[in-house]
Amino acid sequence: MSIFLVSLLPVTTIAQTKDSTEKLKADTLRKLNEVKITTSRNYIQATSPVPVQVLKGAQLEQINSLTVADAVRYFSGVQLKDYGGVGGLKTINVRSLGTNHTAVFYDGVEFSNAQNGQVDLGKFSLDNIEEIALYDAQQNSIFQPAKGFASASVLYLVTKSPKFRDSSDFTGKATLKTGSFGLINPSVNAAYKIGNNGYATISTELMHANGRYKFSTNDGGDTTAVRSNGDINSQRIEAAAAIASKDSAVWKIRGYLFHSDRGLPAAVVNHNFDSDQREWDRDMFLQSSYQTNPTNRDSWQINAKYSNDYTSYLDPDITTTRGLLNDKYTEKELYFSVANRYRVTKQLSFDLSADYQRNSLNSTQNDTIPYRFVSPVRNQLLIAAAGELRLKRWDIQANLLATFVNDSVDTLVSAGRKTKYTPAFLFSWQPFENPELHVRGFYKDIFRLPTFNDLYFTFIGNSFLKPEFTKQSDLGLTYNKSWKQQTLTDLFLQVDGYCNIIHNKIIAAPGQNLARWMMYNINEVHITGLDIDASAIWQLPAKIQLSTGITYTYQKGIDVTSDGYNTGQEIPYTPKSSGSLLIGAQKDRFVLNYSFIYTGSRYDEAANTPVRNYLQPWYTHDMSVTYSGNFKHHQIKLCGEVNNMLNQQYEVIRNFPMPGRNYRITISTNI
Amino acid sequence: MKKRYLLWILLPLFLAACRKDQKPVPETVTQVGAPDTGLLKGMYVLNEGNMGSNKASLDFLDLQTGKYHQDIYEQANPTVVKGLGDVGNDLGVYGGKLYIVVNNSNKVEVVNANTVKRIGQVNIQNCRNIIFNNGKAYVSAFLGVVGDPKAPNGAVYEIDTATLQITRKVTVGRQPEELAIVNNKIYVANSGGYSPPNYERTLSVVDLNTFTEIKRIDVGINLEKVKPDAYGNLYVTSRGDYYTVPPDLFVIDTKTDAVKKDFKMPVSNFYIKGDTAYMYAVAFSYTTGQNTISYSMIDVKTETVINKQYITDGTNQQIKVPYGIAVNPLTGEVYVTDAKNYVTPGTLYSFGTDGKKKFSVTTGDIPGHFTFLYNSNHH
Repeated sequence: MSIFLVSLLPVTTIAQTKDSTEKLKADTLRKLNEVKITTSRNYIQATSPVPVQVLKGAQLEQINSLTVADAVRYFSGVQLKDYGGVGGLKTINVRSLGTNHTAVFYDGVEFSNAQNGQVDLGKFSLDNIEEIALYDAQQNSIFQPAKGFASASVLYLVTKSPKFRDSSDFTGKATLKTGSFGLINPSVNAAYKIGNNGYATISTELMHANGRYKFSTNDGGDTTAVRSNGDINSQRIEAAAAIASKDSAVWKIRGYLFHSDRGLPAAVVNHNFDSDQREWDRDMFLQSSYQTNPTNRDSWQINAKYSNDYTSYLDPDITTTRGLLNDKYTEKELYFSVANRYRVTKQLSFDLSADYQRNSLNSTQNDTIPYRFVSPVRNQLLIAAAGELRLKRWDIQANLLATFVNDSVDTLVSAGRKTKYTPAFLFSWQPFENPELHVRGFYKDIFRLPTFNDLYFTFIGNSFLKPEFTKQSDLGLTYNKSWKQQTLTDLFLQVDGYCNIIHNKIIAAPGQNLARWMMYNINEVHITGLDIDASAIWQLPAKIQLSTGITYTYQKGIDVTSDGYNTGQEIPYTPKSSGSLLIGAQKDRFVLNYSFIYTGSRYDEAANTPVRNYLQPWYTHDMSVTYSGNFKHHQIKLCGEVNNMLNQQYEVIRNFPMPGRNYRITISTNI
Repeated sequence: MKKRYLLWILLPLFLAACRKDQKPVPETVTQVGAPDTGLLKGMYVLNEGNMGSNKASLDFLDLQTGKYHQDIYEQANPTVVKGLGDVGNDLGVYGGKLYIVVNNSNKVEVVNANTVKRIGQVNIQNCRNIIFNNGKAYVSAFLGVVGDPKAPNGAVYEIDTATLQITRKVTVGRQPEELAIVNNKIYVANSGGYSPPNYERTLSVVDLNTFTEIKRIDVGINLEKVKPDAYGNLYVTSRGDYYTVPPDLFVIDTKTDAVKKDFKMPVSNFYIKGDTAYMYAVAFSYTTGQNTISYSMIDVKTETVINKQYITDGTNQQIKVPYGIAVNPLTGEVYVTDAKNYVTPGTLYSFGTDGKKKFSVTTGDIPGHFTFLYNSNHH
């Protein structure tokens, strides 16, 4: 194995820390690309002190997914808030803590949004994604930026790294996806080798969809209509380079540019099914990381990022004295992180990480400074100190994160300075000599800061808001076993019970006027749950390989606010039961996949009023067939998908109907 | 082995049984008081529901039976697609019909005032408030033309209550709210709420014969409520700017069409019965992050504050956000609704003339608007 992987693939880092890293020696990058995790299939998940769920490679291709948002639905404990269609907002909610508590990392650096704290996972096409990994609490390696310790759960997106064939200096792939909703989605990925120790990649993609789909509602009378204003046109281009030096240092750089123009479908309400609101986004970032191991004991990583995101929002239903309402926002981020790990002995190591982040937000409304807008600037310093003790059957990690925040605004009241110290404690224990069974658990205190919108948005923000605190505890076990020469070759099971407590939950409530939402810190919430995740690989007769996976989540998110209006009731959008099922069968050049997703009944409001606030369970059956073959020196892949086969009419978010049966065809070839 | 796969594949079908047929929202009935066979049949309560939630709902306080009926629209009209609609902003009874202004459903829903059976609807985009006069209904709308960047002004539409057709339209100030009719003139409170801090500060005066805006009366910023008393005066509220300009109450003399008095006290909403105006204020300030709530009474004859409260038993401490007020024209009972945190069912309170609570009952989300129904259907 190569040490270079440490920086190139965050998840692989874990495999290495688990492995005896001493064995790892510097090697060439060519070799790096051949490396796979050679230990047992589910080794990382099985030995991690925190629950880890990973979708990668073939598995990721197996599920009928266009974007990261579609894929995360297969994780246990996850609710995807999906407003429907290709362009509709899609955000992740892990263990009912709320979207703002999950940090999204793109190639090891956080992809954040200080304005509203939500990352739209629908923006990330799977075209350039190699792996998606979800960690409850934090990644299971102490050697990471302080930001990695700073949220209640972390979603890591890892971009594809090129695999050069033989002595070739170039590899590339062209893909075209098309299907329902007027989707046309061509993409090209290419990589060049730079010497023996480096490569450069470029990945680009266009997406066009009219976003139209038929839906029917039987809320009151029956009717069928076409979802409108869900069109999207987006372009993405990404360029990256990675260079490894002989002394095992790796330097990487990545530039990203994304642009989209989309309609914003509104809630489907009586006598008003359509919307003409539009949004334009331009996201841009440049990030770089450098990792080196000067000695066997000492490892350093440096990460830096600059991002500049622009959003323009048009609401033609509101005419101001300066024309149709047009809000524009520019958010900038500057980020710099240094982390150092020092191995005192083979068993004991320490990490010290320091991150600095500066976010600013500027806004205009119809090209003038909006009324009472304050242009907030947030400076954050995060310092994490972590230790890990790794014994034969124990892996114990502990860390303390210190967060120093200072908000400044040019007028009015800012949220000011805050200092918080938050600990986490993680363990994994192998109770028997046989490594098949592990017991694990963690406790973590963390918080999320109120976003710029929560604090400062004119007529909405409340600069008196306090951070929202979460206390998470988890106890679970994993079972991992492989067999040779049997029908069942791999079995992996993880079961975790958890209890989350949220203090000072930030709630948005409309103010005196319905257009005026206000933010309050009111609720106390207790969430208890159980996540089950099982997967297996089977070798059937006639050379059929079958992979199966099932996830199930049972949870209760209860409002326990003392003197609250809805004390003892379920929090909104928290189904008691949810789960998924995946079955994939491969024979020769064909792969057949079936997947099923289930979300139980839930309420859309804090008051659990039957009928009025009740939302039906929903479940979809998806199916796909993939053929891979060679045609005149080209490796061709063809895939046909049918999603929501039974054409179920459902809503994830009240009044935002989801698509019924839909189709997609993918064709790709190497170039 | 095969059997096990089959089981997994069948599992979804078992789960399928969990999906129930969607039923109309059921009506719930609560006994809240003693039956009374007076001239009043009852009072309709309109719950706004949050924007986008499609949860506008209609309740009825039946004063003859003493029962409170929640969610009566869906029961009377189970086949209407998506029910009453999104954001119920105002309602009124006229000529045996109940008119419900549903803001984000861009319609005025018209139902039978006694049975609540649907008669029809009048389509008006972004409609806000309604008032009746001489066989016509007048509805304010935030924008006269939607989608024209050069047309920020609102409008008042005239509807023939016999045919339910729009007969005339007049452009008024920006984002008009409540309307009052005195001496054959409509007075409309312009808010200008789409362009802060450039709020409107005027009442538009529309002549009913020519249906043109004949003048503007300068009052104060961000006007909302306008109601007449029996002495030719109009009481008008200003919402202020939520920062430095506090809410306020003004009196307009319709003989001179000029501001007669500035009370220099915050008032958000009020109801005038006879010589008394029952008022409350919810003054939010972004500089403190706090709501300041107050209740008051005014003698409209002398235009002075009465040193008396209409809630005397301390119940006002339980009301988080007063959102609507009405006074029983026969008994003088005062009805106040609490919108609470706006995302939970509200409460309707009834207070006797002694200021003591008579009952409280759960309503829909954001209860805020009332209209009385008389036995003989007169108005």
